[in-house]
Amino acid sequence: MTLTAAPETGERTARKNSPGGARGPRRSGRLRRVGLPYLLLLPALILELLVHLVPMVIGIVVSFKELTQFYVRDWGTAPWAGFDNYSLAIDVNAPVGEALLRSFATTCLFTLSSVGLCWLLGTAAAIFMQETFRGRGLLRTVFLVPYALPVYAAVITWAFMFQRDNGLVNHVLHDQLGLTDTPPFWLIGENSFVTLLVVSVWKGWPFAFLIMMAGLQNIPREIYEAAALDGAGVWQQVRRITLPSLRPVNQVLVLVLFLWTFNDFNTPFVLFGKAAPEAADLISLHIYQSSFQTWNFGAGSAMSVLLLLFLLVVTGAYLLLTSRGRKATDA
Amino acid sequence: MPSHSRRPVRSPMAAPRSFLWSRRIFLTLLTGFVLLPVYVMVSSSLKPLQDVSGAFRWIPSGLTVRPYFDIWETVPLADYFMNSLIVAGSATVCSVTIAVFAAYAVSRYSFRGKRVFTVTVLSTQMFPGILFLLPLFLIYVNIGNATGIALFGSRGGLILTYLTFSLPFSIWMLIGYFDSVPRDLDEAAKVDGCGPLGALFRVVVPAAVPGIVAVAVYAFMTAWGEVLFASVMTNDTTRTLAVGLQGYSTQNDVYWNQVMAASLVVSLPVVAGFLLLQRYLVTGLTAGAVK
Amino acid sequence: MRRIRAAAVGAVTLSLVLAAAACGGGSSGSEGSNEQPRTLTYWATNQGANLEVDKKVLQPELDKFEKETGIEVKLEVVPWGDLLNRILTATTSGQGPDVLNIGNTWSASLQSSGALLPWDAKNFEAIGGKDRFVDSALGSTGVQGQDPAAVPLYSMAYALYYNKKMFADAGIQKPPATWAEMAETGKKLSKNGTWGLGAEGSNLSNNIHQVFVLGKQHNADFFTPDGKADFTSDGAVAAVKQYVDLMAKDKIIAPGNAEYAQNQSLSDFAKDKTAMVLWQTASATFKAQGMSEDEWGVAPAPVQSGRPGPGAAANSMVAGINMAVFKNTKNIDGAKKFVKFMTSDEEQVILNKAYGSIPPVKTAQQDPAFNTPALAVLRETLATSAAALPQVPEESQFETVVGTAVKELFAEAAAGRPVTTESVRAKLEKAQQQMPKK
Repeated sequence: MTLTAAPETGERTARKNSPGGARGPRRSGRLRRVGLPYLLLLPALILELLVHLVPMVIGIVVSFKELTQFYVRDWGTAPWAGFDNYSLAIDVNAPVGEALLRSFATTCLFTLSSVGLCWLLGTAAAIFMQETFRGRGLLRTVFLVPYALPVYAAVITWAFMFQRDNGLVNHVLHDQLGLTDTPPFWLIGENSFVTLLVVSVWKGWPFAFLIMMAGLQNIPREIYEAAALDGAGVWQQVRRITLPSLRPVNQVLVLVLFLWTFNDFNTPFVLFGKAAPEAADLISLHIYQSSFQTWNFGAGSAMSVLLLLFLLVVTGAYLLLTSRGRKATDA
Repeated sequence: MPSHSRRPVRSPMAAPRSFLWSRRIFLTLLTGFVLLPVYVMVSSSLKPLQDVSGAFRWIPSGLTVRPYFDIWETVPLADYFMNSLIVAGSATVCSVTIAVFAAYAVSRYSFRGKRVFTVTVLSTQMFPGILFLLPLFLIYVNIGNATGIALFGSRGGLILTYLTFSLPFSIWMLIGYFDSVPRDLDEAAKVDGCGPLGALFRVVVPAAVPGIVAVAVYAFMTAWGEVLFASVMTNDTTRTLAVGLQGYSTQNDVYWNQVMAASLVVSLPVVAGFLLLQRYLVTGLTAGAVK
Repeated sequence: MRRIRAAAVGAVTLSLVLAAAACGGGSSGSEGSNEQPRTLTYWATNQGANLEVDKKVLQPELDKFEKETGIEVKLEVVPWGDLLNRILTATTSGQGPDVLNIGNTWSASLQSSGALLPWDAKNFEAIGGKDRFVDSALGSTGVQGQDPAAVPLYSMAYALYYNKKMFADAGIQKPPATWAEMAETGKKLSKNGTWGLGAEGSNLSNNIHQVFVLGKQHNADFFTPDGKADFTSDGAVAAVKQYVDLMAKDKIIAPGNAEYAQNQSLSDFAKDKTAMVLWQTASATFKAQGMSEDEWGVAPAPVQSGRPGPGAAANSMVAGINMAVFKNTKNIDGAKKFVKFMTSDEEQVILNKAYGSIPPVKTAQQDPAFNTPALAVLRETLATSAAALPQVPEESQFETVVGTAVKELFAEAAAGRPVTTESVRAKLEKAQQQMPKK
């Protein structure tokens, strides 16, 4: 994923220059040495194969089958459906395809907003907390709490707060501040998008903060000192030194956040239950509903495969673009 | 809460007012946003049921610790807790061990198929769980039928599943971290007569403790909070907290105070552990993820 | 590069082989056996206040069964949220319980998967005969004309529960018997922060139960006799609109109820915030909420006019729990013995009493325990004016799509947007198009 695009450390570059690795010229234990890395990789490989790759292949096979409640008992008997499941999923003029497309668009919008906000909050907090000040350690601890809380515990609490009649949010907005004429709904209707976004950002930004803090520690102090001598103020230092130095970190961070947010199932599931309101109908929940609630796994698998293809293309394009962009700046 | 030190460490120049003020405002607001649910969780867990099923109040009308006793009666929380602990703990240990081996191989050896391996393993990170939930379950059932190893419905199956969730990220992180451990160190160890594995355990692993801790924390949290697979792959005796907590919304009512108390109880050990280890987390990520 | 490709090809081939092996599996032994005659696994549904309560109710009975037959029953109470998924995994893998409870509305859906033992004459004979059961309960055990997929265990019906204190305060003498009276009574009660009627607007199943009964009253069935979805008939549209209009037009349901899905309406009722609820066997819940028996009353649910009865005068769906046997059980005789035990007169009285439901077994119904005012109404409703939900394989899809449509209409009503015949029809049209093509 990001490995290949990560900046080469001095060591790695050095190793590259001596192909075949730096292992000694002795040839006697060659076989053992050649075998060893494979042996070390074997557990990881077997597990990934078992839990991810093979099931994925089965999933792809299923997407070409008419696997409904009538056949779940014995999958082998499910008739082949050709591309029927796919044409159902991508026919945007029919309700199923239209709903999928809408859910997809919602997910894209949600992911963009959530990743953007997480990044913004995380980066800003990391930069503001780059220097030591009294209480910094405590504050850093506090900021990591949302990340440390188990997802369901945190999300259930938010659901409790977003209740219309008894929740904290409306108590503040409506009863105390009087901002709205009637208490708005947060868990149904259009506002549920905002609800989902708030919860997702609350849960996700500390990760950005953590990574950014780590990234900032890699910036040598001398650069700031030199800049300060040149008369650059704090804001200028942030703009000219901090942000550009964080570019490689950003590349990783944005991609990881993107994948996590896009595939997020836990948050909407705990927040809204099995039937999310249209405005917050994220794609993984949508597919869950299309396959598990109605026991139509052929259609559900087809949708998942389309989703996977989309993620592959986006990730690939992203890596290609960012690494090329960096090469250009490096040169 | 953020106070204003006049002695910046890195910048030889005092920060201007605008910077200090925006820092103060921003960090205060952010602290409020972060702590709001925590306050709600704590205060609601101490409220009587009428309070939490009625209109929200900042200050409880009365305090009670009843919910903290009731939570163990309403659902077998202690059992769920043990299950979660066993599952998340084992998944973490296995995931980290396997990741250490794999990362060592990638970091220290060049071999045929290295790129294929890393790309394949890392790309599994993007698979939507929903795609392989049912097939995976089928595979477990068939392995169970063929070999008698019960994977479906058992903790073992869940451990196996969860450890692969954190594996890609862990491997990738550790590759980065191992790369930053000077190779001269393990070469020296080998000269001293250690085998490759000796070098790994005596030199590389001790040097990479922060990275390994960071990875372990990540693996643990991934397993501790997962809902989707747990809801399909567990039963009465193996149910984990993530699913078990739903037991507080019953036929009759949602016992919000108990939900909050239980959430707090199940969060405390994780949060405490996490915060204790946060020092490692930052150093681990610094070398592993962002280099 | 070529080697990489070779490795990739190898990996894919391996996966395919494994995949084929995995796909080939599934359930074996379709008709059950007696390989393990000493044990049974039983999945019970959550009927009591919480899972622990259920265990306390059931375990002594299971011990009794073990004493009688020597068969040990391993009990697991499955929460409602997990039940369908658990049945699904059991069905696909063939590794499930021997005996399980299902919501009776799922009977036809699950029947179509072929995983459940059909209750033909011979099997019914083993548990004492089909005619021991009440007809209305038998009407909810599978597709008509096929052998039932399950046996009725607990029966429930909808009724109108009212808060006596709130009625007295508003000077109302008797509960409404028709929808017109409901609107009138409800308006009297909807003032100063209290409301006439409660609803669970985000609970899909509950929405379905309510609009299905209203559909009956408008002579609409949501499915044609040959099992095709028919959501957009004038009757169906009128039924859905009438239900949502209780909030949108009559304004006797609090807008906040649109997001209720966890029985908050019952909690409002117990707290004197809502004067009436249409609910199935709510007495145990009220008790758990701290309401004593004399604080609430119960009356038959409203009809359009006249008195409740069959056909268009229906005022409840046939609610309840059925008991089914998994076809590939390894203890088929024991499973039948267990069903016989659970549907015996004695156990029916004990269990239904504990859960506040009505026995679907005729002789057990005669027990005086089911003759309290509250239960008499339910029993009468079940016997004379309850209609079974459509017994079609697509029932679960129907609940999902139409239940969601009603939920969305409630959300619009709650936001103050108009709910018109056209908007209702459009929602139902969309719901119908999401049903699988036949």
